[in-house]
Amino acid sequence: MSLLVVNNLGKAYCSYSSEWQRIARWFYLPVKPQEEHWTLKHISFSIEPGEAIGIVGQNGAGKSTLLKMITGTLQPTEGSVQINGRIAAILELGMGFNPELTGRQNVHYAAGLMGFKAEQIEQAMPEIEAFAEIGEYFDEPVRTYSSGMQMRVAFSVATAFRPEILIVDEALSVGDSYFQHKSFNRIREFQEQGTTLLIVSHDRGSIQSLCNRALLLEHGSIIKDGAPEEVMDFYNAIIAEKENTKVQARQLEDGSVQTRSGTGEASIESVGLYNAKAEPIEFVSVGEPVSLRIITRINSDIPELVMGYMIKDRLGQPVFGTNTHHLGCKLESLRAGETLEYRFSFPANLGVGSYSIAVALHTTDIHISCNYEWCDLALVFNVINASKTPFVGLAWIPPTVECYR
Amino acid sequence: MFGMLRCLWDYRGFVISSIGNEFAARFARSRLGGLWMIIHPLSQVAIYALILSNVLAAKLPGIDNKYAYALYLMAGMLAWNLFSEIISRCLTLFIEQGNLMKKMLFPRITLPVIVMGSALLNNLLLFIAMLVVFALLGQTPNLQMVWLLPLTLAVVALAMGIGLILGVLNVFVRDIGQVVPILLQIWFWFTPVVYPVTIIPEELKSAVNANPMYSIVSAYHDILVYGKVPDLQQVTITVLVAIGLMLLGLFMFRRAAPEMVDAL
Repeated sequence: MSLLVVNNLGKAYCSYSSEWQRIARWFYLPVKPQEEHWTLKHISFSIEPGEAIGIVGQNGAGKSTLLKMITGTLQPTEGSVQINGRIAAILELGMGFNPELTGRQNVHYAAGLMGFKAEQIEQAMPEIEAFAEIGEYFDEPVRTYSSGMQMRVAFSVATAFRPEILIVDEALSVGDSYFQHKSFNRIREFQEQGTTLLIVSHDRGSIQSLCNRALLLEHGSIIKDGAPEEVMDFYNAIIAEKENTKVQARQLEDGSVQTRSGTGEASIESVGLYNAKAEPIEFVSVGEPVSLRIITRINSDIPELVMGYMIKDRLGQPVFGTNTHHLGCKLESLRAGETLEYRFSFPANLGVGSYSIAVALHTTDIHISCNYEWCDLALVFNVINASKTPFVGLAWIPPTVECYR
Repeated sequence: MFGMLRCLWDYRGFVISSIGNEFAARFARSRLGGLWMIIHPLSQVAIYALILSNVLAAKLPGIDNKYAYALYLMAGMLAWNLFSEIISRCLTLFIEQGNLMKKMLFPRITLPVIVMGSALLNNLLLFIAMLVVFALLGQTPNLQMVWLLPLTLAVVALAMGIGLILGVLNVFVRDIGQVVPILLQIWFWFTPVVYPVTIIPEELKSAVNANPMYSIVSAYHDILVYGKVPDLQQVTITVLVAIGLMLLGLFMFRRAAPEMVDAL
């Protein structure tokens, strides 16, 4: 049985020429709204237990509206949300805290607001107090707290009871980095115990490390539903997208999806990785000197051109990226019909695993300013450890060791 | 409707602790804390008594206590204070709690109920303080005071009905929030709290009778000042009006609840 089924959900905000007409409607008078503004339409998806889903989208895409309807604070205009289990939302921490009351009293209040009985709250109280780790301040008025301490208490109470579905909003910066780790640990623990996560974030890292599926919202509908990396690439392409540009997604042979976007004044013809003997390779051993060759065609006259590339790990986290602007090789006044070949040579000081390379052609050093072509997953290669000492991690940082005793 | 009651029952712990929190918060920083809730109406009574007693005291028939006017004022204030507190707090309730309603899922009906409980608690304290003052002025408690119990409920029902209607409307038409305090002031002066009903000209008597608060305030007077059984017939009409308004308020609250979050 699905944990959450969202079926053809839609939300319209109605405006009336007079608010009194709205009020007349409550009394079943036939009044037509002057204007209906749909912020969300035809949203359907379902979530199975234990999944972790990231919701991404630009500001105003409808993320908050969707979350509020799933939480139940907002009534859908059409469609339905079906939930089998308790849902908890960390949309804003410290909601309704009264600064004059102590942390303990506020915890009582907040947990009561979540619908828990006094005995349940009493039972969970030592746990909450211990998790917040604010010591004696727990019995001091909240107005004496630092904002970080308030966040600690708020997070502790919000996650005191494990829900079946946990909604976490992007703005989840819970105090200092120590507590941030602690709170993410708790979220992961919940996930291991079977809680389904619903995370809204712009942070590629947290989406890719926590989620196994992502939904991309744009203009109030889901335009992509798939693996986080694929969705995030698509999302980045949308951000980079300018007028009259196309975002294309092409299925690669191994099943992953490649995203291309850009205005097309210059295009990438081929991308290849070569070893020292100038042979194309797919498997690279740690530390091996390699050369990334990118052939580019100029389709119309352009004043300047910068080529950039980014090596990403399996989860799509950037490992290394740079461009010809930074490398001091910016080209100017290019003519239509020219073909260029870039060769980037570097030692593959990478850890064992699968990596992808994204390449981009643009004008200045920021690739969204004028984006000719941008191609994710242009190349996928694997790093194997053939000759080095065993190690873990993303980078090959060979140490020497001395030991004194 | 029963769903609403069920929700309320499930959240009873929350409602009670919220009332307690509100009370505790009032004591948190000021020395006298919640006592101010009593001092305000009592000082108002003192001011009126001081300024108006010479003008009006002579016209208060039926009691021989020389502080009769002060007693009269206090009795009326006890009723009016509860009434206006509930209305003015309900008026801005949903706007003040807008953020909470947008981000947390909980039965919204708890919000007005918390206001009601908190106002009742204040009223109880005011009543106790008044009993003390009454005793000091030579007026002893009497058995008729039991009638105050149903009368308080009538005031609450009337105020909650009006408060809910205005509070819901205020979310959509914000002018309501500005105009209601003025109307409340006017209403206060059109209700015989500060003056005895006898000074009202004969031709305006029927207008006074149409005021639902009139029957309640005069019932308070009958009980606290004259120590007699109130005019139940008049009060019954008010109670019926109150129940009607309350049902209307709940109906509007239910119909508006989904849209309220949109507008906040």
